Amino acid sequence: MTDRSSDKEKTLGDALRSQGVSRRSFLKFCAATASMMAISPAMIPKIAEALEKARKPSVIWLSFQECTGCTESLTRAHATTIENLIFDSISLDYHHTLQAAAGHAAEEAREVAMKENHGEYLLVVDGSIPMGDPGYSTIAGISNYDMLMEAAEGAAAIISVGTCATYGGLPMAKPNPTGAVSVGDLIKDKPIINVPGCPPIPVVITGVLTHFLTFGAIPELDHIGRPMVFYGQSIHDRCYRRPFYDKGLFAETFDDEGAQKGWCLYKLGCKGPTTYNACATTKWNNGTSFPIEAGHPCIGCSEPRFWDGGGFYKALSMPTQDIGKTAVYTAAGAVAAGVAIGGLNKLTKSGAAAAHDKTTIDDLEKE
Amino acid sequence: MSATLDKGINALKEQVDSSVAAFFSSCVHCGMCADACLFYTETGDATVTPINKTEPLRRIWKSEYTLLGRLGKIFGLNKKVDDDLLAEWETLVYDNCTLCGRCSMVCPVGNDITLMIRKTREGMAKAGHAPEGLIGATKRSVTIGSPMGVKLPALQAQISHVEKDTGMKIPVDVVGAEYMLLLSSMEIMNFPEFIEAVAKIFDKAGATWTISSEAFEATNSGIQIGVSDIAAELVQRVVTAAEKLKVKTVISPECGHAYMAIRWDGPNLVGKPFTFKVRHILEVLDEFRQEGRLKLSGKETQKLTYHDPCQISRRGGVIDQPRNLINMFAEDFVEMPEAGKMNWCCGAGGGVSSNERADEVRLKVFQRKKDQLNEIKPDAIISACSNCRIHLEDGLEEYNMDIPLMSLTETLAEHLADD
Amino acid sequence: MSEIEFLEWVRGPGFEIATVIFIAGVIIRLLEIVILGRKENLAEAKGSEMSSGLRTIVTRTIPDKGAFKRSTFTIVAGYIFHIGLFVTIFLFAPHILLFKDVIGLSWPALPTPIVDAFAVVTIITLLAILIHRMRDNVLRFLSTKEDYLVWMLTILPLITGYMAFHRIGMSAPTLLAIHILTVELLLVAFPFTKFMHAFTIVLARWYNGAISGYRGVES
Repeated sequence: MTDRSSDKEKTLGDALRSQGVSRRSFLKFCAATASMMAISPAMIPKIAEALEKARKPSVIWLSFQECTGCTESLTRAHATTIENLIFDSISLDYHHTLQAAAGHAAEEAREVAMKENHGEYLLVVDGSIPMGDPGYSTIAGISNYDMLMEAAEGAAAIISVGTCATYGGLPMAKPNPTGAVSVGDLIKDKPIINVPGCPPIPVVITGVLTHFLTFGAIPELDHIGRPMVFYGQSIHDRCYRRPFYDKGLFAETFDDEGAQKGWCLYKLGCKGPTTYNACATTKWNNGTSFPIEAGHPCIGCSEPRFWDGGGFYKALSMPTQDIGKTAVYTAAGAVAAGVAIGGLNKLTKSGAAAAHDKTTIDDLEKE
Repeated sequence: MSATLDKGINALKEQVDSSVAAFFSSCVHCGMCADACLFYTETGDATVTPINKTEPLRRIWKSEYTLLGRLGKIFGLNKKVDDDLLAEWETLVYDNCTLCGRCSMVCPVGNDITLMIRKTREGMAKAGHAPEGLIGATKRSVTIGSPMGVKLPALQAQISHVEKDTGMKIPVDVVGAEYMLLLSSMEIMNFPEFIEAVAKIFDKAGATWTISSEAFEATNSGIQIGVSDIAAELVQRVVTAAEKLKVKTVISPECGHAYMAIRWDGPNLVGKPFTFKVRHILEVLDEFRQEGRLKLSGKETQKLTYHDPCQISRRGGVIDQPRNLINMFAEDFVEMPEAGKMNWCCGAGGGVSSNERADEVRLKVFQRKKDQLNEIKPDAIISACSNCRIHLEDGLEEYNMDIPLMSLTETLAEHLADD
Repeated sequence: MSEIEFLEWVRGPGFEIATVIFIAGVIIRLLEIVILGRKENLAEAKGSEMSSGLRTIVTRTIPDKGAFKRSTFTIVAGYIFHIGLFVTIFLFAPHILLFKDVIGLSWPALPTPIVDAFAVVTIITLLAILIHRMRDNVLRFLSTKEDYLVWMLTILPLITGYMAFHRIGMSAPTLLAIHILTVELLLVAFPFTKFMHAFTIVLARWYNGAISGYRGVES
């Protein structure tokens, strides 16, 4: 891990140069980022200038009830990528997994960073917050809730990374034993960017950060706080297997002819139609593949409540519960009720027959 | 004893059965029944839409025989059946409907609307909401034996005229005859040639027949006013006479609803199957034809067409027989458009002609028949129902059309071959 | 409630409630009708009731020529939208999956663009039918609030289904949830309205054929 203490005064541009990144590579990155975020090519010089001059903002990363998958995703060190360098060039002042310090030293670093950059630091959170009993997840004896509230107070903005932080995640699955809630459930007075996914795609977060650094503002968000640029389209709308859906060619099992031919996975429970993320376009591992391409239906991991949404392998058009028994009992009960009501009808009719007053010609007019 | 609303409501309750329930459950308000009803097509009056005529029956079905309706009754949410409703519906059910049956043939969900209107009449009549003219006809039927007040002496007078003209004896009260002929008052008074025709044909065919002096009336006003109790009484007279005379077959004459009354409703009204057969005169004549017992000579060269009486063709099932018979003597037989089971009603059946209040509408809706005739412009019209005949004559006169009416039986008799 | 929770509800408890009401309601209504029974016909029969009844169930589908000339719009529009409903409900792949899950049967689907086209045609036809119902003097007179409610419940699943498929106007989970909800509303209303004709038409046509056939007339 790079020693950061001398980096604090450098700009991002200085940092990059000291790492040996050429001007050309840097501009290539700016162009790629602009293109990915659907920003006009005319903005590339502005992005370059902004990134060049950007003072490395202080970033405090709080990890609560999480599996560390989000961190794993974001900091794939399989190669020295530009993303990693950018990451290095942010003043990451607190991160459980990545920091060298531990124990009291780590907590002290956090408190100092929060004090010195009060009102300006970016707070990144992954993992849900347990409200059932603070003992479920504490850091240095401090409950997640307390740590979050204190850190949020001095933050310029909050980025919730991963579905746990954005919507509660797997810890929230029925019966939610820890009382897990999302960041958005607790913080109401700070701008929050939700970057869901289980985990999210690495390039999504760097894109969000770049946007923030370039424009000093949060990108356009959808109705549940996700950046439109990455979460504005559904997997279904960008899926390369869509033509098979349209033609009605579906894989019925994981190893049948359809599966081998790469047909649509709707029948195997794919939640692509109701899931918004960039998996189908940006993909994972530098554009290698994504779940559907690997043959597994999308589980909808960037959507709230995907964990309790009725089963990963149940198609969207199927009801979530098994209706068989209910239907049979209902039918049986209805037959009984119907026979009873039918019996009532017969009674009404025989009653009317019994009350039949034989009509003669004298009964055709009113008196 | 008199008509009361309660008796009417009770009658409607009695009339609901599984078919009525299925029909009301299936109606989707498509309006096709109106397009099939001449009372709508010639007036444009939406209230005479056939399914609308059944509204009193529908309300009783809903509130007495459906779960939702029963609940609605408890909370007072249902539409009521009261004297105001029945009074308003009187002209719809009696003046503007001949029970012709076209609506039942076109309804896409299969409703027999005609049956439901007939059933609605049971409630209307018992609640005192039947037309004056029909009530009068019914009273005369029961007390005198004929809706027109024709008594036995009048029949006997016509019989002696026929005997004088033909030199043949008209058999009355002959025990053991094969056939017992019924006659409608209309035929006795206006078309006694019918009796002559039957005598001649049966003589040549070698069939034995008789008329009963105790039950000669074919017309059943009880069917038209819609009171099964009275209809049953009238049918029972015929049954008693037929059993007394030990006849094999009772013949319904050239009258529309009489066939429906005795052939199809009869056993159900009196509550047990008949011990004799019932046939329409055309069915008997066609049997004679098939058996070679009907030999004709000479042809009719004028352009002829056949008007299917609703109760005989569509509602009775006697559709092919008249055509077989006409083709024996007609050289130029042309069918009207939509002839046969979809023929348009003349406008006078089902009690409408006994209802003076309906005279105007009866003549107005005749325009449908007029248009039908104008498509083929026949020289003469053959029919097998005296009521249709009279009304067709009235209507043709009203619209200045000179087309004579012919009875099928009489025409056959005229063409009998001498051997 | 988040949109996924909404979707989860309509796919779960909502579907269960709707199905229970639908099954119970239809069975009760049918028994209510059939148990009433009909008196035996004592007149001498000219034809068979059973075979005539069964025949009419099928043949009443074919309109009489004269009736077709007079009620052309009603007949043509009626056929188009019924066929359209059949195709969009029963021949669309995701729907067939639903049936497979609930009743265990499945059958081949039509390609989705074809089903899509049928949906459009059906929606347009239903709109034309509404206008006709509001303008024709017989229909205006006959129509009750129930007729308009049933029309609404019929067109809503088509419109919302089209919107969900094409992702128009709202996010996909919300559109899908609304579509499923409109179908559940239809199922709930089914036993209490003229929707029941889908089942009772078999009875009514049978009775019609039986009554006519007994008298020797093909109806």
